[in-house]
Amino acid sequence: MPVIDLANPTRFLNIVNRVLPWLAAATALLFAFGLARAMNAPDDYQQGATVKIMFLHVPSAWLGMMGWGLMSAAALGTLVWRHPLADVAGKAAAPIGAAFTFLCLITGSLWGRPTWGTYWVWDARLTSVLVLFLLYLGVLALYWTAEDPGRGSRAAAILTLVGAVNIPIIKFSVDWWNTLHQPASILRMGGSAIDPSILWPLLIMAAAFTLLFATLWLAAMRNEILRRRVRAMRIMQAQEARE
Amino acid sequence: MQLKGDSLACSRGGREVFAGVDFSLSGGEALLVIGRNGAGKSSLLRVIAGLVRLAAGHLTLEGGDGDASIGEQAHYLGHQDAVKPALSVRENLEFWTRYLGGGGEIEPALDAVDLAPLANLPATYLSAGQKRRLSIARLIAVPRPLWLLDEPTSALDAPSQVRLAELMRGHLASGGMIMAAAHGPIGLEHTRELKLGPA
Amino acid sequence: MSAFTALIVRDMRLSVRVGGGALMGALFFLVVVVMMPFALGPDLALLARIGPAILWLGALLASLLALDRLFAADYDDGSLDLLMMGRLPLELAVAAKAVAHWLTTALPLVVISPVLGMMLNIELRATGTLALTLLAGTPALTFIGLIGAALSVAMRRGGLLLAVLVLPLTIPVLIFGVAAANAAIVGPVPFGPPFTILCALSLGSLVLGPFAAAAALRHGLE
Repeated sequence: MPVIDLANPTRFLNIVNRVLPWLAAATALLFAFGLARAMNAPDDYQQGATVKIMFLHVPSAWLGMMGWGLMSAAALGTLVWRHPLADVAGKAAAPIGAAFTFLCLITGSLWGRPTWGTYWVWDARLTSVLVLFLLYLGVLALYWTAEDPGRGSRAAAILTLVGAVNIPIIKFSVDWWNTLHQPASILRMGGSAIDPSILWPLLIMAAAFTLLFATLWLAAMRNEILRRRVRAMRIMQAQEARE
Repeated sequence: MQLKGDSLACSRGGREVFAGVDFSLSGGEALLVIGRNGAGKSSLLRVIAGLVRLAAGHLTLEGGDGDASIGEQAHYLGHQDAVKPALSVRENLEFWTRYLGGGGEIEPALDAVDLAPLANLPATYLSAGQKRRLSIARLIAVPRPLWLLDEPTSALDAPSQVRLAELMRGHLASGGMIMAAAHGPIGLEHTRELKLGPA
Repeated sequence: MSAFTALIVRDMRLSVRVGGGALMGALFFLVVVVMMPFALGPDLALLARIGPAILWLGALLASLLALDRLFAADYDDGSLDLLMMGRLPLELAVAAKAVAHWLTTALPLVVISPVLGMMLNIELRATGTLALTLLAGTPALTFIGLIGAALSVAMRRGGLLLAVLVLPLTIPVLIFGVAAANAAIVGPVPFGPPFTILCALSLGSLVLGPFAAAAALRHGLE
């Protein structure tokens, strides 16, 4: 089945309806497995059991960034090829990516409390993630304030691409700024070198998170397509009333 | 010179505004676009001007400048006047002449719309009709073959409407094309009509 | 006079005649900087230490507030439609508007920054360096802000939306601008690297800004 068939929203909906339950089940299973492995992983010699927040924190960070990558691809689809589902894909991915980024900030903050004694530090990584979160909020603001979904999607697509160009620059600047202001090195959040007993649960959790993203994303796309259908029907209703 | 539209379709805000519109317009001709409110008259003009994207169909201008888009060879007179109140009448017109290019003359244009006595007055003092005339002066000052007029006679009193009709006739006589959206006649004889909306 | 120059001249004329022009931006800058000691206390050592940061933030906010009307004014009276129908490519047209905005809003800030620096107890020699960093960095603020202005042109609460969109993107400019200004005052970081990066950011935004803004206008006005 060629990918181009997915371009048809009805076809896409049919596929999603069939795939989604399986995807959700796989996600649940993988989470169960991953969490079990994570619980059994050894404690860190310095941080104790709190290091296990890493199993939530690190995958969230990856997915926050992956979300922006997906949005960028969708943005190209919207602006260059005007693919009908690209709009929907980007709009659906934005809140999910933002949520994972927010989760990363929260878990980072909770991790920081026992480790550094405060809920927030302006270290390079956390600060970069915070800026990424602000960029997500900017994109979401464009979706929310646009009266016309098409116009909102196109504006969001442009901002997404501008952000994609800027994110490496921002990351570089924040790293530079951080070394400037905190010459003494601090406990890195990654902990000591990754040991296989930590690496495997981490990878499994990352896979589980990715499946969760995919499940939520497809469900969100389905909702957005249905929402647009309702809007189209209302427009037709108004038009017919004038005849 | 000929402007041809073939199966044109346009949608705004998810709503299909018009579809399957065909027309052709030759040099020296005027086409009156009529239809109810919301039928897409303004949208059609904006599509031709290049301000709104064409969802389907082809638009070609034969005999024009091949390197320039249709919008660069057209004037668009919309509902708004694009007059800056802080600039004088002359400064407003001078700016558009320089920006739109084409090396036009300002004084004859101001004379043509009878605004020459007010040339140095800040545009904030102009009435709605006078502002309308100032934007019409733009069409005279910068020569472009295609005029896209959206309800050109609104906000104009009777003498001004007569003057506008004269200017339009002059444009047609020199081989120009006019496409005007209106609810009623605009003072030109021998105009063809293009009706938009449900059959 | 070319179309590009004509647009710059028109925008500058409008800026000067409407809403106080060049003075308003400088006045806002002054007021914001004066507010800071009231919030922080008159400790001269503290003010000198954070002076460059205060001036940079003031410049950022002043630039931002003036961007709100950059495209909105032309959109409201139908001029934007006509600007898109000229022979000048839209990218150059928006660049011309950005140049006019910088000349009338940012340049006055650069000029009065030494005076404000003195009020914040920054030594005179260092205020010159500070002004230089503002001169090099404010184009980046204007041209990045251009993108936000174009994206929010037809939307409600445009001003607030503009700030939300633009401020995160200007973080690198702020970081390197303040670092370069501080280098001349406290050291130990040398002036060269951050200043060079600041110039690079400005040059990069001179290209990215107009392209993104033109795309935003075209897509947004369909």
